[in-house]
Formats: sequence, structure tokens, C-alpha cells
Amino acid sequence: MLKISNVETFYGKIQALRGVDLDVNDGEIVSLIGSNGAGKSTLLMTISGVNKAKRGNIVFNGENIENKQPHKIVDMGISQVPEGRRIFSRLTVEENLRLGAHANEKGKYFENDIKEVYDLFPVLSDRKTQRGGTLSGGEQQMLAIGRALMSKPKVLLLDEPSLGIAPKLVNQIFVSIKNINKEKNVTIFLVEQNAKKALELADRAYVLVNGKVTIKGSGQELLKNKDIQAAYLEGGAKN
Amino acid sequence: MEKKDIIQSFKDSLFTGLIALALFGPIVGLRTESKGEGLFITPQWGLVFLLVGLCILGRFLINLNSARKTEITFFSKFTSKFSVITEDKAKHFAITAILFAVVFPFLPFTDRYFMDVAIMILTYIMLGWGLNIVVGLAGLLDLGYVAFYAVGAYSYALIATTFGWSFWICLPLAGVFAAFFGILLGFPVLRLRGDYLAIVTLGFGEIIRIILINWYEVTNGPDGITGIPRPSFFGLPFKRSPDEGETSFHLFFNLEYSTMHRIIFLYYLILILALITNYFTLKIRKLPVGRAWEALREDEIACKSLGVNPTNTKLTAFAIGAMFGGFAGSFFATRQAFISPESFTFIESAIIVAIVVLGGMGSQTGVVLASIFLIGITEMFRDLEQYRMIAFGGAMVLIMVFKPKGILANRKPTILMHGDKK
Repeated sequence: MLKISNVETFYGKIQALRGVDLDVNDGEIVSLIGSNGAGKSTLLMTISGVNKAKRGNIVFNGENIENKQPHKIVDMGISQVPEGRRIFSRLTVEENLRLGAHANEKGKYFENDIKEVYDLFPVLSDRKTQRGGTLSGGEQQMLAIGRALMSKPKVLLLDEPSLGIAPKLVNQIFVSIKNINKEKNVTIFLVEQNAKKALELADRAYVLVNGKVTIKGSGQELLKNKDIQAAYLEGGAKN
Repeated sequence: MEKKDIIQSFKDSLFTGLIALALFGPIVGLRTESKGEGLFITPQWGLVFLLVGLCILGRFLINLNSARKTEITFFSKFTSKFSVITEDKAKHFAITAILFAVVFPFLPFTDRYFMDVAIMILTYIMLGWGLNIVVGLAGLLDLGYVAFYAVGAYSYALIATTFGWSFWICLPLAGVFAAFFGILLGFPVLRLRGDYLAIVTLGFGEIIRIILINWYEVTNGPDGITGIPRPSFFGLPFKRSPDEGETSFHLFFNLEYSTMHRIIFLYYLILILALITNYFTLKIRKLPVGRAWEALREDEIACKSLGVNPTNTKLTAFAIGAMFGGFAGSFFATRQAFISPESFTFIESAIIVAIVVLGGMGSQTGVVLASIFLIGITEMFRDLEQYRMIAFGGAMVLIMVFKPKGILANRKPTILMHGDKK
């Protein structure tokens, strides 16, 4: 469904991605783990078209998207929940959700779509007239996910949904991600530093080091992998 | 209060006095007067002494008070109460204000001077509302808004004097021209934000003014354009003695001729134009494009990742904001019957931006209050001649000290869906 081959992305002269190969199949949950600065967020931004790949191809449903504009890519069915949530803090919860429907806004399905988001995250329904900036971190993350869902994506790109959120809410959010995948049949590509959670959830997973994929396999395989345990899991468990 | 504090605030107020002396010394102290064949300088050191003394005393009192936090909190409490009232009863306030504006020309104390000031305030309200789309909603700081005002005024003047078309045809054309210039400005600044955008728009405003001065063949340069046709009341001109085969307004309605008729008509014209601007803004805010403007103001990257096209969004904001500036410009041209580049200097842009910022970014009512306050104050102090700019500056400083986010900082959420109210 989404096939990334040999993608290289630069920030000026600094190379962030050094030939990434990766694919995501229909209906899967795929996780990408890696440390700070490995290029995880850059990869998502490159898929979304916010950053442009200098070399390599990104093919979505048989169509090359590496040179498309971000809003075209959203129209095609790839939606991103950006790192740090990026809620429109002075707009209300409902306005935030409406903006998510921007690509898709014909008004017709809007009422139904917004109801589905509220069913998924009932807390948002209680807070729909509240400004985005007044929500807690976890609620903002839910809003960011709901907002991305409003454009009816086929693939949802999630960038560190656990960042800066209370552990209890992290569990809840990961359960929701699973539900979105299973019930709404949305393919998930998840980027996480919380390697344990990400691998437990994933059907398949990749490890990104220094702009390159070094290890790939099923989520369970990677959980048992000695190198990964040493580098990402045990260190994480101690903290 | 401790002794140390008193000494500290005394030192501070002496320093304030020094600044005041540096400012008032040359501005107030050396008064130039033209007597016969030349300019003569009359020193007014007594007045300078008085003003500097007032500054020192004022600063000292403020220092004492801020140590106790009484006066200031009292004042901001009062003003915040005021803004809460207007927020809660925004609708009533708006209706009352509109009703007042409608009956204003017929109130017993309303004379020609009041009408002129009211027309001026309304023009600035309209410009403020127009700029509010760009600055308040889309968050694009435009310091060259006067350029669109100028484009509107000049396109109206040129079309009307060249082709002799009526106001009602020229008005939309002027709006279209201004919108076109808005897009023209929009393209090169698409990637810019904040300070950088402000600098470029500032330059754009100056470029337009300099073109107007130098393109002599078309714009008549610094001499300006004269004899711009006055608007007519649906084909009835406001003239004492109409031309052959024409009926003028006062004859048609069987009234005695008065110049006030035209003034009143102009007043209603700008009132309607301003209200259209407001209505349009309030409506578009609830449409996807308006929401996209506000989202763009908040976070551009989030917008991109949600599929909002930032190019189109910014360009529509510039174009629509410019269009209303152009409408206001054509009104200005028809009211003055004479325009020259003099009227479109940077200070105009600055005043309009000040109105939007002081009103509270994005607040429509705030723009009204700020225009009345700023324009009204400068008019009220007209007797003080050049010192009225001090009153103008003082008004701005006061608003920023007591209401740092603008007069009406709290914008109500645009949408309340599913009938709930908080």
C-alpha cells in the first residue's frame, strides 16, 4: 500500500535520511522505533510531503507521491498526527476537528464523522466548546488523532503519540490506536520512542538508526531481539 | 514600604524626568514661529519645566502605587469588567451601536463637524475590519495595508474621471483591482512569516506610494487627481442647480437645498460598506476558508499535515483583505473629490494596524472601540495642534499597559455546535 524505497532527505546540507527502504501493507500496524535524531519524524514529514525527498521513491497505492504537495497527499488518504500534537490552541475542539475535515469537507458526512470521533474519545465531546490549548496533554493527543481521522485517511501516520503524556493515558491512547486499526480498518504507521509499547502493538516493525533501517521483523521478533533489548528496551525499562 | 524602595523609586522617577527632558526639551521648549520674513525660535522653558515635573511626579506616584498594587489592579479590574460585559452582551451591544449609528445624523447635537468625524471613524473602522481579516484571522502582519487603500482610491479616481462611470460601477472595479494587488503582494511573501513578512509588506506600501508619485502620466504625480465625481443618490446628484435634463436630490424630494444631504448620504454609504465588511467577516469565519485562516495563524505545519493548502489560504486572505481596503479607498476618493499620494503614507498603515492590535486581534467589536478611541481622541485634542499626536501615543500606551492583549482580548469561539452553550 505504501512503499518507500531508498529515500534520502536533507535539511540544507545535513542528511537526515540515508536511503530508507520500508513498506506498509493494507490493514497493518507498522512501528518504527529509533533514538532521538535517527530521522523518524523526518521520514513522516517526507511521506506527508512537508519535507521533500531529494532522492528515492514513495509509492502509495501504485502512485508516486514524493513530489506531490502536502494537501494533495492528504486528499489521497494519508493523514499525519504530527509530533508534539500541534493543536490549534486558540480554536475550539470542534473547530480543530472541522479543520481536519478540511480536505474532505463537503459537509455531507461531517456530522457522522465527528460523531465517530466523539464515540472514540468521549472526553472530546464533553469539551467541544473548549479551546484546544486548555486541554491536558493526553486530551490534546486524542484531539490530534481525531482531527487526523476527520479526513478519512486510509493510512494514519502517528508521530510519538506517547510524548509527554501521563502513563495511564498512554495506555488508553494505544488501545484507541488498535481500535482505529481494527474497527475502522485504517492502516497505521507508528513512530515511537517508547519501543516496548510500539513493538507490542505492531504487526511488523523497523528500527531506524542514523537515517537507515537496520533491523526489521514482526513486532514479537523484535521484542525478543537481543540487540534491541539492549539498545531500546532494557534501558527504557530502567528509566 | 521600606526606605530602600522609596529611594529606588525616587531614582527611577528622576531618570524618567531625564527622558522627559530629552523629549520635551526640543519638541516643546523650542517653539518656531513665523513672524514676517522668517522663522523665529521662542523658548518655552517654563512649560518644559512643568511637563518634566509632571512626568517625575507621575512616575513617582505610579511607583508608589505599584508597590502597593492598588491603583493598577483597580483600573484593570474595571477594564476587565468592561470587556466581560461587552463579551456577554456582545449582541445587544452590537445592535445598540448600529441603531445609534443609524439615528446619529438626526440627533439634535449632530453638526457638520460631528458628521465629518463620524465618517472618518467609520472609514477607519472599515479599514480595521478589512485588515482584521489579514492580521487578526490569518495572522499575517501587514504593515503596508494603506497600499490597497491607495489602489482602491486611485483606481476609482482614474476610472471615474476617464470613463465617467458612476460610483456603483467603479466601486466593485476598485475592489477587484485592490484584490489583484493583494494577490500580487501575496505571491512573493508566501514563505514569510512574522517580522520578515512585516518588513516586506512595509516595503510594498512604500513602493505603491512612490509609484503614485513618479508615474506622472497616469497618476498626475504629487499633484494628485482632482475633480473626482461625487456619488449620486441612485442617479440623483447632490447639486444646488442641476445640469440640463437632470433632477437633483433636493428637487426630487422637494427639500430645501443643503450640503448636509450629501454628508448624510456619505455617512450612510460608509456605514453600509463597513457593515458589509463586518457581516462578510463574521460569515466567512464559519466557512472552511475562514477556519483555515485561523488555523494558519496558529500552526502552519499542522495545517499542511491536515491538507490545508497554505498557498491558496494566504492568497485569499490577502486578496479579500485588500478588496475591502480598496472599497474604503474608493469611498475616500469620492468623499474627498481629490486624492494625492500624501494621503497614503506609512502613518496611515500604522494607525490601521494600531486599531486592529489595540482592539484585540481578531475582535470585531474591539476594532470599533479602538477606532472611536484613537481617531476620536486625536480629533478631540485638535485644539492642541501638534500635541494631539502625544495624546494619540498616550492613548496607545495606556491601552497596552492596562490591556496588553487589546481592548477585547477574548474572542468567543466561532462555532457552538449541537446547541450547547457553556
